[in-house]
Amino acid sequence: MLEIDQATYDAIVAHARRDHPDEACGVVAGPAGSDRPERFVAMLNAARSPTFYEFDSHDLLALYRQMDDRDEEPVVIYHSHTATEAYPSRTDISLAMEPGAHYVLVSTREPGTVEFRSYRIVDGEVTEEEVSVVPVLKDRESPPHEPATTDREASQR
Amino acid sequence: MSVEVRIPTILRQYTGGEKAVEGSGSTLSELIDDLEGRHPGLRARLVDEKGLRRFVNVYLNDEDVRFLGGLQTDVSDGDNVTVLPAVAGGAGTYGG
Repeated sequence: MLEIDQATYDAIVAHARRDHPDEACGVVAGPAGSDRPERFVAMLNAARSPTFYEFDSHDLLALYRQMDDRDEEPVVIYHSHTATEAYPSRTDISLAMEPGAHYVLVSTREPGTVEFRSYRIVDGEVTEEEVSVVPVLKDRESPPHEPATTDREASQR
Repeated sequence: MSVEVRIPTILRQYTGGEKAVEGSGSTLSELIDDLEGRHPGLRARLVDEKGLRRFVNVYLNDEDVRFLGGLQTDVSDGDNVTVLPAVAGGAGTYGG
């Protein structure tokens, strides 16, 4: 499952709409190993094409250097399809080189409808996953499912 | 003679998980051959019969080697080489 906050979700959709009819692309970086998409980075589509995207090679190096310095990884890699559904094309699959990333596809083919879907692409195999849009990401420090019941029960005795 | 080569996640299966390896050579091509000796399989992911693979970016220090001399780019002791797969795709079929 991809858990993403509303503001980042909106930023991805806005970028896709802004660059329509060309494909838009970018990443959401997060602390390595955290699976938290925290830092939205819109990238330039060097191909400036309605059917192809590619990060500019110098921007790509700068992005990876920056993520390295911050101990981050690309948690989400997103791009848009502007005339077809939000499903990975054969090109997307053959060029997917980050097995740890959530590949987000947005389709802008219908102006009034948001198609926002997420996939894992590993060794040419595509697995769609649920997208959960939350107001804000949960605090990193607090364990997600650990209500403090043990102590309370003990103190009630 | 030693050049540091930074390896992307997807290719670390060839380097025993190492993020960076050392190699030697006076050109990028020689450097890749040298790496292949210790990390078999790596070369085929970087080059094909036509040269550097289209969707693999190799940087010498901060410059994309496509803007230098490609595989014939001179490398020297103390240089840094970074390998990054292109982040690319799209709805269409790439002509290649």
